[in-house]
Amino acid sequence: MAVEAFLSAAIAHSARPVATATGERAGIRLLLIAIALAFLGFFLFLPLVAVFVEAFREGAAAYAASLAEPETAAAIRLTLTVAAIAVPLNLVFGVAAAWSIAKFEFKGKAFLITLIDLPFSVSPVIAGLVYVLLFGAGSALGPWLKAHGIEVLFAVPGIVLATVFVTFPFVARELIPLMQEQGSGDEEAAISLGASGWQTFWHVTLPNIRWGLLYGVLLCNARAMGEFGAVSVVSGRIRGLTNTMPLQVEILYNEYNSVAAFAVASLLAMLALVTLGLKSLLEHRFADAIAAKNH
Amino acid sequence: MDVSIRKVRKEFDRFAALHEVSLDIASGELIALLGPSGSGKTTLLRLIAGLESPSAGAIFFGEEDASRKSVQERNVGFVFQHYALFRHMTVAQNVGFGLKVRPAATRPPKAEIRRRADELLELVQLSGLGGRYPHQLSGGQRQRVALARALAIEPRVLLLDEPFGALDAQVRRELRRWLRGIHDATGHTTVFVTHDQEEALELADRVVVMSQGRIEQIGTADEIYDSPNSPFVFGFIGDSSRLPVRVANGQLWLQDRTIGLAARGIPDGDATLYFRPHQIELLDGCGGCIAGTVVASRRVAASRRVELEVGGERHRVEIELPAGDPAAGKSRIAFRPKRWAVFPDRLAGQPGLAERNVPGRPEPELALTGV
Repeated sequence: MAVEAFLSAAIAHSARPVATATGERAGIRLLLIAIALAFLGFFLFLPLVAVFVEAFREGAAAYAASLAEPETAAAIRLTLTVAAIAVPLNLVFGVAAAWSIAKFEFKGKAFLITLIDLPFSVSPVIAGLVYVLLFGAGSALGPWLKAHGIEVLFAVPGIVLATVFVTFPFVARELIPLMQEQGSGDEEAAISLGASGWQTFWHVTLPNIRWGLLYGVLLCNARAMGEFGAVSVVSGRIRGLTNTMPLQVEILYNEYNSVAAFAVASLLAMLALVTLGLKSLLEHRFADAIAAKNH
Repeated sequence: MDVSIRKVRKEFDRFAALHEVSLDIASGELIALLGPSGSGKTTLLRLIAGLESPSAGAIFFGEEDASRKSVQERNVGFVFQHYALFRHMTVAQNVGFGLKVRPAATRPPKAEIRRRADELLELVQLSGLGGRYPHQLSGGQRQRVALARALAIEPRVLLLDEPFGALDAQVRRELRRWLRGIHDATGHTTVFVTHDQEEALELADRVVVMSQGRIEQIGTADEIYDSPNSPFVFGFIGDSSRLPVRVANGQLWLQDRTIGLAARGIPDGDATLYFRPHQIELLDGCGGCIAGTVVASRRVAASRRVELEVGGERHRVEIELPAGDPAAGKSRIAFRPKRWAVFPDRLAGQPGLAERNVPGRPEPELALTGV
């Protein structure tokens, strides 16, 4: 620190034109920033604007009407339902996995960590195909499921399964580094004070990880609602029954119903914006919590 | 509550962290577990708390076998090196936590918990800070909150794991005396772990010196410092100088010359002589002494450390002289330890045989002239 202070003082007092420590000139810095901004604007911001422009092209009434369309309304309901099942499941799985990885030593731990990352590295389409192989008519389970009248593929259970698979890593990945860094000191203190396992989790562990957990859940939810590839393989695209919002967008678009397609897309885009906004807000809070801990 | 540790062993995977350790702690005693890192002291403390379970052996609290009980049932107060305060709770909530999580039947009412927390905060001299959060306190204050929190559950045993390890030297010294005061006021049986010998010797009623998963010596500060029973304890506690010697005919020999120290009861053969650098007397002639060439001389606080090369093999030993001693200016110095111990070499590092080592005492006539 003292060295840095000395250096910056030396630089400030030197008669030569000001340069940063790495030596870029002001012009190069401006150029780099401009390239980054232009790139982001062209590839990220413009498309987002385009979604909303297109959605409202025929006015707010047409926008509202296309969302009220029964098939579209069914798709919105299905997406909400799937997220409402998949996110809590991954919340529980994620906390359990992060807990066991961060707080215990056991054989196969490295394997478990790799496994948690699998959905990130596998193409979602393949994830969907795996479920088709597992539960399809030609699979070992298929006849049994059919005999018992259980529908998995081309029905809500299949969509939920595919979504759970794809969104599994979000909560766990968010919590593992956090819980590893925090160690088990607080938990040991709590049990030495007489707290039961559940009390320790509720009063000590959960408050310690709450911001990370919420962040993970938000990301998980955004992906659960936006998932296309895996869901499109297992859904069967039965209109009004097994179409989720992203699938509905594609169908409407293929039918040249671009106002309706973009109206649904705008809902997904808004979800993304809200998620991003909340995430930034949480990161702000979260940073405080981490800084406070290190004091 | 007296604590009895009976033949406790602890292995992690196949690594033995503790080899059959036995220790009796009297009710109300303040005990220090002292040793270098990896000596098993923290493991022993965690075993008493129940945060680890022994591979073999048992731990008794009074007449009761505590090793069959869970951490929660043992009712011990545990203070961690890094405080482990609950960061989302206020200081008062931290202190009251142990009372709040009790089952409804034994849980005091909220007002009582708050009153108890305030009382304890007063005891640890933090009155008025109950509404603060841990990150708003200094390290020393946080550790006092951790102690108050541990005391709140009226523990049967108070255990502290390097409680002052994360604090700076000044705060450490203050808290040390303060902890002694709290112990004397509350009378809890207390065990604390430290690698700081000054802390252990100053604070504890008895010090347990540990090394490599074994107890080397148990004793008061005087016993540990004045009569170390093994080369390890002699080397670990306080300053020490050592010199390879030979035992023959009840005498200590440095090559072919006698040092003038008797070694009764020690088997003939190679041995190592241990002494404190300041517990020596300077001699003029050298009929039975250790003589060496001065190779370095450093001023340390009130005294001067002189390094000597001794004998044909040029072993280096350090002695300590008063700062103004004229001998410090000489190029050759002859001396003889006033207090010393000699340990046969083939027993070195085998604490199980430590009782066969003979601590040296000054010869009566030397003791008279030595002062």
